Amino acid sequence: MSDSQQKCVVIGASHAGVNLAFALRKEGWEGQIILYDADPELPYHRPPLSKTYLTNEEGMSATPLKSLESYERDNILLKLGVKVALVNAEEKEIVLEDSSVQAYDKLVLATGARPIVPPIPGLANVKNVFPLRTVADVEGIRNALGDNPNKSVVVIGGGYIGLEIAASLNKLGSKVTVLEREERILARVTAPEMSDFFHQLHVENDVEVLTGKNVTSVATENAKNNVVCSDGSTYPADIIIIGVGIHINTELAEQAGLTIENGIKVDATARTSDKDIYAIGDCTFHHNPHYDRYVRLESVQNAVDQAKVAAATICGKQVIYDAIPWFWSDQYDVKLQIVGLSESYDNIVIRKEKKDQPCFSIWYFSGDELLSVDAINNAKAYVVGTKFIKTNQSIDKVKLADNAVEFKPNNLIFKSNND
Amino acid sequence: MAKITFITSDDETIVVEGTSGSVMELAVEHNVKGIDGDCGGVCSCATCHVHVKPEDMTKTGPASEIETDMLELDDNADEYSRLCCQIEISDAIDGVELTVAK
Ligand SMILES: Cc1cc2nc3c(=O)[nH]c(=O)nc-3n(C[C@H](O)[C@H](O)[C@H](O)COP(=O)(O)OP(=O)(O)OC[C@H]3O[C@@H](n4cnc5c(N)ncnc54)[C@H](O)[C@@H]3O)c2cc1C
Ligand code: FES
Repeated sequence: MSDSQQKCVVIGASHAGVNLAFALRKEGWEGQIILYDADPELPYHRPPLSKTYLTNEEGMSATPLKSLESYERDNILLKLGVKVALVNAEEKEIVLEDSSVQAYDKLVLATGARPIVPPIPGLANVKNVFPLRTVADVEGIRNALGDNPNKSVVVIGGGYIGLEIAASLNKLGSKVTVLEREERILARVTAPEMSDFFHQLHVENDVEVLTGKNVTSVATENAKNNVVCSDGSTYPADIIIIGVGIHINTELAEQAGLTIENGIKVDATARTSDKDIYAIGDCTFHHNPHYDRYVRLESVQNAVDQAKVAAATICGKQVIYDAIPWFWSDQYDVKLQIVGLSESYDNIVIRKEKKDQPCFSIWYFSGDELLSVDAINNAKAYVVGTKFIKTNQSIDKVKLADNAVEFKPNNLIFKSNND
Repeated sequence: MAKITFITSDDETIVVEGTSGSVMELAVEHNVKGIDGDCGGVCSCATCHVHVKPEDMTKTGPASEIETDMLELDDNADEYSRLCCQIEISDAIDGVELTVAK
């Protein structure tokens, strides 16, 4: 078969799938590229959905990842609003919902994740309940707000997405309450100091943030909903937003008999246990060489970088996935940038800059090894941290904590007394 | 309305016109190679790096503090570097020439 007759089929046209398609062309793939997604929207950026999508005056529509014209120009076939029902790895074909069949030479699973909707009694009967993953979800929120955004909103879950949408709805004029089950918000992902900072930030902006709140039911009476917690407290809600995490879409991979652990397991080239099937993005469980462990990440960085590696591999190049993860979150006027993975840290250093605006960074270490940095309104800390993590260079913690020491990598390198 | 010229790393010249939004969005809309805009334009990814033609710097203005910091991640950055998601399209930047960073 000539190269131009080869078919690469991609399931999932979001950050991972779309970047893979364009990267394939860049790497010289001459065959067909067919992208499927159940979502009918032209593939779009997800991060703005909880941040600026609702509050942007001009932006009534999602930010497309690529223009329609770009797909045409690169001869990428976009099949939107089409759900893939089955992968038949033996026959190397996929089956669509309408039972039609599409053969592939290479298959890429970029199926991502869907929001968890917890089985809270009463929740299913409530009209204005929204998870937050798609344009349709946010449009649902917009419609529920209607002409009068001055509504009571309860956000279940104080993770990044829940907090971001809380900030957005607050800006629009809603009265927002965030209910978090843990003793602090962002408990899984940041140090207590950072949780405190964001907690304060929301309180200052008149968003109620309540921790240790385990939602047990939703009671609806005369079209009024009350969110009920295990301690007996209740919160009225015109709108309920669910931000309690995601469930990764591994069903197709399971049917295809691929190895699945905490996600679809892939090697350093994003290949699954089937040599002609790759998996990229949120749905993967992959090895991170820098931290030398398997991880599952929910980030644009991971989706894009894995897409590039998979595309190069499919085109016969020798590359491996070796990226330092990064992430961001925007709430009110505060910008958080994260580099690295803080999990398993055992000590931190906090550096505060001399500024009127909050401007500080939390540095996570395991012993003396820098694992990760959370930077608040402080791109410099993010950049310096990235450099130290990448080079594995030891950092002088005393100088780091001292904001009189100018923030430059060279000033912060650890020199032992013997040097 | 602003007419903007992009020069890609393949030496392709793309001239486009825009009225609003950021230069990054305009570049993505017109499939300008090398402008990825992975973070959607919030100055978090540095995948929208361009070099402004020196004489056009007065029109675009210099990089802001956060841009300058983020650009430090890129060895190719110089005094004419900007992250073009931070350049708003307006009449003021009509005619500028931007070279997409490698
Ligand atoms: C509100 C929100 C805010 C976020 N903010 C940030 C942020 O600030 N920074 C950051 O780095 N990350 C952020 N993220 C995470 C980021 O959006 C994800 O990591 C990224 O979207 C992952 O891309 P993906 O392509 O792997 O998966 P997804 O984006 O989940 O896409 C998977 C696609 O596959 C499709 N699909 C699945 N199964 C099938 C099937 N059987 N047939 C057809 N189509 C199918 C789905 O419809 C979906 O479009 C945010 C996410 C959300 C929801
Ligand atoms: S688009 Fe991410 S920094 Fe400009």
